[in-house]
Amino acid sequence: MSFSIRRQWIVSRADRIPGLRGLAGAVSGAFAFAATARADAPMTLFSPADPQAQSIYGISLFVLAITLGIFIVVAGLLTFVLIRYRQRPGDDNREPAQIYGSNQIELSWTVIPILIVVTLFLTTTRVILGTEAIEKPKGALEVTVIGHQFWWEYHYPKLGIVTANELHVPVSDAQHPTYLEVTSADVTHSFFVPRLAGRMDVIPNRVNEAWIDPPQPGLFLGQCGQYCGTQHAKMLLRVYVQSQSDFDAWVKAQQQPARQDFSSDPAAAEGERVFMHNACMNCHAIAGTAATGRFGPDLTHLASRDTIASGAVPNTPANLRQWIDDPNSLKPGCLMPSMHLDGHDLDTITAYLSQLR
Amino acid sequence: MSSASTLPMQPGGAQAPWTQPYRGTVGMACLIIAESAIFLIFIVAYIFYLGKSLTGPTPDQVLEVPIFGTICLLSSSITVHLAVIRLRQVKLRAFTFWLAGTVVLGTIFLLSTAQEWYRLIYERGLTLQTNLFGTTYYSLVGLHASHVIVGLIMLSLTLLFALFGRVNEHHFEKFDTLSLYWHFVDGVWVVVFTVVYVVGR
Amino acid sequence: MSTIPAVKGVDETQATRRARLPARVIHEWLTTVDHKKIGILYIGYALIFLVIGGIEATLMRIQLAQPNNHLVSPQVFNRLFTMHGTTMIFFVAMPIMFGFGNYLVPIMIGARDMAFPRLNAFSFWVSAMGGVLLYFSYLGGSGLYAAGSAPDVGWFAYAPLTAKVFSPGHSTDYWTLSILLSGVGSIGTALNIVTTTLCMRSPGMKLSRMPLLVWLYLVMGGLVFVTISPLTAAQIMLTLDRYLGAHFFDTQAGGSAVLWMHFFWIFGHPEVYVLILPAFAFMNEIVPVFSRKAIFGYPAMVAASVGIGFISLTVWAHHMFTVGMGAAGNTFFVFATMVISVPTGIKIFNWLATIWGGKVIFATPMLFSVGFLFQFLIAGLTGIILSIAPFDWQLHNTYFVVAHFHYVIVGGILFALFAAFYYWYPKMTGRMMSETIGKWHFVLFIIGFHLTFDFMHIPGLLGMPRQIYTYEADRGWGSWNMIVTIGVIFQAAGILVFVYNLVRSYFAGKVAGPDPWDAWTLEWSTSSPPPDYNFAVLPTVRSRRPLWDLKHPEDPDSDYEL
Repeated sequence: MSFSIRRQWIVSRADRIPGLRGLAGAVSGAFAFAATARADAPMTLFSPADPQAQSIYGISLFVLAITLGIFIVVAGLLTFVLIRYRQRPGDDNREPAQIYGSNQIELSWTVIPILIVVTLFLTTTRVILGTEAIEKPKGALEVTVIGHQFWWEYHYPKLGIVTANELHVPVSDAQHPTYLEVTSADVTHSFFVPRLAGRMDVIPNRVNEAWIDPPQPGLFLGQCGQYCGTQHAKMLLRVYVQSQSDFDAWVKAQQQPARQDFSSDPAAAEGERVFMHNACMNCHAIAGTAATGRFGPDLTHLASRDTIASGAVPNTPANLRQWIDDPNSLKPGCLMPSMHLDGHDLDTITAYLSQLR
Repeated sequence: MSSASTLPMQPGGAQAPWTQPYRGTVGMACLIIAESAIFLIFIVAYIFYLGKSLTGPTPDQVLEVPIFGTICLLSSSITVHLAVIRLRQVKLRAFTFWLAGTVVLGTIFLLSTAQEWYRLIYERGLTLQTNLFGTTYYSLVGLHASHVIVGLIMLSLTLLFALFGRVNEHHFEKFDTLSLYWHFVDGVWVVVFTVVYVVGR
Repeated sequence: MSTIPAVKGVDETQATRRARLPARVIHEWLTTVDHKKIGILYIGYALIFLVIGGIEATLMRIQLAQPNNHLVSPQVFNRLFTMHGTTMIFFVAMPIMFGFGNYLVPIMIGARDMAFPRLNAFSFWVSAMGGVLLYFSYLGGSGLYAAGSAPDVGWFAYAPLTAKVFSPGHSTDYWTLSILLSGVGSIGTALNIVTTTLCMRSPGMKLSRMPLLVWLYLVMGGLVFVTISPLTAAQIMLTLDRYLGAHFFDTQAGGSAVLWMHFFWIFGHPEVYVLILPAFAFMNEIVPVFSRKAIFGYPAMVAASVGIGFISLTVWAHHMFTVGMGAAGNTFFVFATMVISVPTGIKIFNWLATIWGGKVIFATPMLFSVGFLFQFLIAGLTGIILSIAPFDWQLHNTYFVVAHFHYVIVGGILFALFAAFYYWYPKMTGRMMSETIGKWHFVLFIIGFHLTFDFMHIPGLLGMPRQIYTYEADRGWGSWNMIVTIGVIFQAAGILVFVYNLVRSYFAGKVAGPDPWDAWTLEWSTSSPPPDYNFAVLPTVRSRRPLWDLKHPEDPDSDYEL
């Protein structure tokens, strides 16, 4: 059969054999995603950044390879039978030989899948045990993560730090990972930073444990992985992995109470007064002041963060001002109400909060 | 007007007589399976929450074993079974008698449950809202009681028909189906009783 | 146009032509207890909701085509995905499967109607009212006492998001109550199917001679009893929590959010098997006819179907791998989920063996069946991928999962349904659907399906969560989402073509006769459409393919059946 006839055959038969279309789609898709693995896809699972994510990545590739193999074999056989045994024009009307079954064949295609299942099961169990069933090392850094609608609260109990939305951890190894104890203050959320670990659900009245052990510094992005209400989509996660010295410096800064001396900055001083005389302190805490509210994020070192509104917008004075003026304009459906401050109060309070490094 | 059929038409079939189960029995069995699954979920919730209440009275503090009510309910299974047998034997007066006995015993059970709930609510302060035990206890026992009520309504209707002389041996299979439901209700009570009053206390 | 010679059926009684006054027709349909009419009512009802659910999906896809889009607000988007999922599962997939079951099961076993015709009608109307109640929430939810309108808690309505404190107003209650109603109807219909199958087969039709469709509906019916009931129980508990102050899922009082998840998924997983078993049923009837061969391995198919039914009850917590069940729990559910792939694979291989050595005719029903075979294979494989718990820790609640289950439901179930439509429409209406328009339907829809759902796997692998109304531009998800959205256009076109085909063929389709496909089961032995009483005289059967024996008296099935 010459090449041109074969091409014609493919074109004219293509819509009779729909599997080919699907096959082409799937294969090209497969290559496409492989290509994007290295592009700017900060939450791709194909770029693991710590050994735990790496082990998940390893078994992922193994499973993908096996399923791709099964697909090629079975889809290939299907394509073959559909082409080989199609009714051709000029066929007589006799029925083909009726074959009702065969016990040996049934056995063979029962046993082979069972073997594949056993292989996959054993490999999977090994990874599960290696992730969930290991003991917490003594040198682990402990962080308590509390999920809220729609922000993240972080406590470092042994370091005396409370912060929100941006998690800082040091680089780690197997002896000194970061252990996260996660729970929720309201509904179910999920802590999901793909390049560092699989997700762990954040459930009220239940404490789950997860751990990460990134060996290199970097910024890792994630977001809440369990629908938790209106602004689930913008409950973003930012994990800053820092070198030990950078992390220590950050800890030191965070352990300080909030800046109180605004003698050089009258706007900020006035802003502090505005803050303390409005309802702000009912929800927010600023260490060292009268504000001890726990419903909203801790603002002690707000200006040290890159983003506000749990990663929704960059932390600039303009954004901060707009947020305080009307949070729903940036994150419609979030639980912070508009404070109905006038323009002057907004300016001063922004000036104050921008000084809280 | 149909043309002559060429498919074999003998209703008796090729060899043995063709028998299949009675529809009512199979249908009621299906309903029983579905209802059992509902009860199972409530029982699982009950067992899961044992010992997890944050406050309030615990089972051993407030529960009293309802022996009398249980004996009545389980006896009503015997009486309804006797009613079924009598109906098949076309002894209609005996059938009516045992049926009435079933209704009476079932009603006594309901009243004893009501009395127990009254005591728990007003004397011991246990309601659906009190704690996890209150929630799971009232919902489980209440779900059972609602099934008892439905059963009693059906049995009472049948009793009414029987008292007017309208029930005869042709209704045997239907009444047998109803008695299956009643046996199911009793069976559920055995499980609920064991879980709540024996194991859970 | 079918090139298969139509064999003369045995009962060509024409359906009685009654007076066609509109009032009488409407009255007849509203009060019918005939399984055929009730089946058609279910199917028509489901098609209406399919279009509505599709519109909801289209709005979501337009919103998600680009990052930070503003077509709809987050509140509206959250309602859209909740309503889309709830509608499609409870008011499209369940009714349409019950519709086909209602129509086909009695007639394929040689019965005149279902075991409990009035229960049948009641079940339909109760389910229908459920759908109306759910959609009333768009109107009635935000007025008087309610805050918010349609439910927005996601189709699986996790606690404690559904508690009164986090979901004030009545939107969640519309979700709960409409599904409770639908559940009552489902249990009623399943009861009918099981009872009819066990008690009303025509003489000679032992269980081992039933068509595989009937077997699969039997397993499906049994599964419904133990599947819907946990959801009913959980919803009663939720309503008690919301209105009578109970604490089933009240985490403040020590209640457990995970308990809801267990109860929901004990329903939710077998539920998808409830939906796929009828799709298998259609394939078991259609693939042999268009390969001109008996189904390969009938006993193995029965065993696999029953096995799938039982195993499906043990795998539910593979939806909960990320909840923190611990290594033992996760490992068990990994194992159970992988085990279920074995009987499922057996079915695919048996279909392959059925086609092997046959004579494949690519009429429209077979085109859709072939689509099903490839797509269900892929869907099953992505299911295996998800069963690997550590991999699931990355993929759970991402668009990979969304792509997987739409591959099963659209690529598998909907394609099987399309095949069933083209195959049994002649029986139900007496007219053939147009083959040409059917092929257009197929081409448009399969292009759209693959554009959307093949490429949807990629954002999932890149970390895009589900149930989000928008996403950040720097995640690398934007272009994939755009391709996914473009596929919607083709799918919508395909559906429109399909609906046109349905309507046009009713008036202008070729007259079908009793047996247009040269098939072998009992429904093809009566006229199209069948008379109200189905068969003039109830047939006696001697093998699995009574009409094959009739057409090939020299080589009857009964000589060879395993």
